[in-house]
Amino acid sequence: MSELSWWLLGACAAAFALKICGYFVPRKVLDSPLMSHVAATLTVALLASLVTMNAVTSGQELVIDARIGALAAATIALVFKAPYLVVVLVGALAAVALRATGLAA
Amino acid sequence: MPATPTSWLTPATKMGLSIALATGLYGISFGALAIAAGLNLWQTVALSALMFTGGSQFAFIGVISGGGAASAAFSAATLLGVRNAVYGMQLKQALRPGARMVPLMAQVTIDESTATSLGQASQSERHRGFWTAGLGVYALWNLFTLVGALLGERMGDPAAWGLDGAAVAAFLGLLWPRLKSAQPIIVAFAAAVVTAFAVPLTVPGVPILITAGCAVAFAVLTGRRAEPATEHGDLQQVDQEKS
Repeated sequence: MSELSWWLLGACAAAFALKICGYFVPRKVLDSPLMSHVAATLTVALLASLVTMNAVTSGQELVIDARIGALAAATIALVFKAPYLVVVLVGALAAVALRATGLAA
Repeated sequence: MPATPTSWLTPATKMGLSIALATGLYGISFGALAIAAGLNLWQTVALSALMFTGGSQFAFIGVISGGGAASAAFSAATLLGVRNAVYGMQLKQALRPGARMVPLMAQVTIDESTATSLGQASQSERHRGFWTAGLGVYALWNLFTLVGALLGERMGDPAAWGLDGAAVAAFLGLLWPRLKSAQPIIVAFAAAVVTAFAVPLTVPGVPILITAGCAVAFAVLTGRRAEPATEHGDLQQVDQEKS
């Protein structure tokens, strides 16, 4: 097996370990307000970081291309309370439309 | 689940099924992008079946496709999976599962099953929401990962199909419901800025770790200043003694 496959299986094992360890935490610790505050903040930061990486980065470069249009279109769809699946489709369609019309790379 | 015979299609199961459909279809995008990133069919299928947490899976292939090392992909995926530990804690409190169910519950403990479950008002609806969304997403996500991986080899560049735009929209769609007050909005913008600054300076996979570190530091600092929750006043004291 390749090195990549070992890291991949290791990451799968780590993912399961993380999922199940939450169920072993004593309730007293769970009730700590600091813990839930850290968890909520971390989740928002991670998702925002993922949005940024997917929207404007390519490797180690910052790039403005059709994906920024997808981001804008998805934002508009979310403002109008579109269902999740519609939001995803709007993002895809915006990227396709911008490239097809030559407005963005 | 001891439900009355006629009531299996409750609000919780309907919500779980629609989330399963929305997220599951998106497995096509993951399958295609994973192949485009250079993974083989079995590596792609294994990620969906075993890792089964979308954000981590996309992070893993994102680092690989950006030319990052496998170890950096491991770190990024694992760090993103940390939130599932938090979900496990919340679900333990809400569903009070028996010990034998915990391994199965853990595998389907993801954004969608947690959100569907915790959004319900009654205990039985929380159970139904969790299992419908969890098992529904698992089945469809894996099926469509395979479809995407098989199509992906013939699809060429996923960008031509707008799949990169779909990925941006998908993550924004997960973030959006959390932006209900000023603080998460500030955190989200700050995280975006930190990530954008870190990307040119570090190797792929590291910017998200830097962003996470900043977020934890910020949360600990602002958490200390927060009003103690009165119902947990004694726990707050224990917490402060330890720190």
